[in-house]
Amino acid sequence: MMLSKGLKRKREEEEEEKEALAVDTWWLDPGHPAVAQAPPAVASSSLFDLSVLKLHHSLRQSEPDLRHLVLVVNTLRRIQASMAPTAALPPVPSPPTAPGIADNLLASSDAALSASMASLLEDLSHIEGLSQAPQPLVDEGPPGRPTGGAPPSLGALDLLGPATGCLLDDGLEGLFEDIDTSMYDSELWAPASEGHKSSPEDGPGKEEAPELDEAELDYLMDVLVGTQALERPPGPGR
Amino acid sequence: MAGAGGGGCPAGGNDLQWCFSQVKGAVDEDVAEADVISTVEFSHSGDLLATGDKGGRVVIFQREQENKSRPHSRGEYNVYSTFQSHEPEFDYLKSLEIEEKINKIRWLPRQSAARFLLSTNDKTIKLWKISERDKRAEGCNLQDEDGRLRDPSSVTALRVPILKPMDLMVEANPRRIFANAHTYHINSISVNSDHETYLSADDLRINLWHLEITDRSFNIVDIKPANMEELTEVITAAEFHPHQCNVLVYSSSKGTIRLCDMRSSALCDRHSKFFEEPEDPSSRSFFSEIISSVSDVKFSHSGRYMMTRDYLSVKVWDLNMESRPVETHQVHEYLRSKLCSLYENDCIFDKFECCWNGCDSAIMTGSYNNFFRMFDRTTWRDVTLEASRENSKPRASLKPRRVCAGGKRKKDEVSVDSLDFSKKILHTAWHPAENIIAVAATNNLYIFQDKAN
Repeated sequence: MMLSKGLKRKREEEEEEKEALAVDTWWLDPGHPAVAQAPPAVASSSLFDLSVLKLHHSLRQSEPDLRHLVLVVNTLRRIQASMAPTAALPPVPSPPTAPGIADNLLASSDAALSASMASLLEDLSHIEGLSQAPQPLVDEGPPGRPTGGAPPSLGALDLLGPATGCLLDDGLEGLFEDIDTSMYDSELWAPASEGHKSSPEDGPGKEEAPELDEAELDYLMDVLVGTQALERPPGPGR
Repeated sequence: MAGAGGGGCPAGGNDLQWCFSQVKGAVDEDVAEADVISTVEFSHSGDLLATGDKGGRVVIFQREQENKSRPHSRGEYNVYSTFQSHEPEFDYLKSLEIEEKINKIRWLPRQSAARFLLSTNDKTIKLWKISERDKRAEGCNLQDEDGRLRDPSSVTALRVPILKPMDLMVEANPRRIFANAHTYHINSISVNSDHETYLSADDLRINLWHLEITDRSFNIVDIKPANMEELTEVITAAEFHPHQCNVLVYSSSKGTIRLCDMRSSALCDRHSKFFEEPEDPSSRSFFSEIISSVSDVKFSHSGRYMMTRDYLSVKVWDLNMESRPVETHQVHEYLRSKLCSLYENDCIFDKFECCWNGCDSAIMTGSYNNFFRMFDRTTWRDVTLEASRENSKPRASLKPRRVCAGGKRKKDEVSVDSLDFSKKILHTAWHPAENIIAVAATNNLYIFQDKAN
């Protein structure tokens, strides 16, 4: 069972040995007057990192806990919304992002994450389509949907959708998985990241503080598409 | 005071003196994962108490009859039946292992000598028949007493078998298996008041079953978006109304509760009522949504109210008022300033259950450090008690516990920073008619009774 640092089993007798339970993270304490305004970016950044890690961990489960996943994603969106300045980034329409996520604050810095999440969640529903192949009896009696959900024909469409979606989302990366493309990295990032952010000469590592989050997102996407081993990327300012 | 005038309903949680009665389970510090209790449920009469665990086993305890020769047994619960309800399965299509953990047990109302219960894991619901056998047939024509078949040609005379008494044997047999209807993880089952149907709910769908029919079910709620990337909300719990067989409620990860009427539409995607408390802007944080996620919803026995449990509180709702709850009880408000750490160690995602007492005058829910909380709705008093082996002397009174949120810690108070977050009480149950409660603390089941009982 995972215990947070400093949470001990014994009680009163061992007070002197205890560490306080995260009392030094005052900037995260909503009751603290300073937090009434927008929290400092550096604090939210660590919470952001934590949330990204949690999301990553959740997505890597063979069968993700949907509630946990949804709550982490929604929390991540809140954190991102508080970090991104409201007017600076133009909204970027990104094909896999459904109109339902009409959140301009997120769309630009979040497209890569949305894309990965979208493809992964589509995979979940794609798997659902497959598992419904042995259909239970359809009841024609009282109105209601017999379980079994999508009819077999939709399942076939699901098979096509996510696969092609993934290929397009990842750009050229998926095709070049077995080739060392490190010298082309800066160019490869151009389609995935926002057009306004970098010219091909800029590497992700050269960008300033606001772009740190994007490097994080890029790293996450890399891991998700399997082109990178799971290790912390080197980068300035981290 | 509630219950004072009524017949048979004892007073609520706080004028009572709760005493230790029994504890079931191993004493070892090293807890086997399979032994962790995952659900607790009294039968409708309270004479049976069922538990399910992570290992897929169900253990049923039966209350002993009051016995003059053993006056101190005072209606103790002893093991009645143990059986393996669910086994781990492997879904070859998805290449996934399906956990055998019992998520919920629900008893069917008693209609005959046999007892029936529904138990469910993430994917499959099973109807179990528990029956007693205390007689056996002797003098069969075609079999020896050992059971060996006789050569038919050696049988020259026929006799009528005689029923003879034998030691009581309790058998559990799976009578129905309701499978293949849930893509996502089942979190709730609820038997309808019509005694013929029941619902099962997973993260995105609720299905209606007939107890006799296993090869089909009706989908009555479906919140799966056409595009999964639009998914922002899941179903967390669902229950049928105790008296109105057409009414059900389901709660969500966003802290909302929807009441559906199956008469108004066969597909209950559109709710009849929508319960949500507006967010308090002064306590807004990044974790607002997570802590508002409802982990349990329970109708009162009367059917007039329902109770919801979110991370920090229990709320009682009047079914006629959707705008806000009529009561809010803080379970462990001292954790509000620790939410970041609780997010880090995932405790913020813990799902606590809650329950009513028989006459709806009190409610109970669990917390950390093996603490559990009771709220008396009439006197508005609350108490924190602890389930621990140290307080396990027979009929010993439980001492109220206090948590010190900050500042100077008084004697006998427990400081927030020394709470053990691995000792969580997620599952509790209250006897339907008496002041007897069952509290699951990891792998141990504690039974407490009111002194007057």
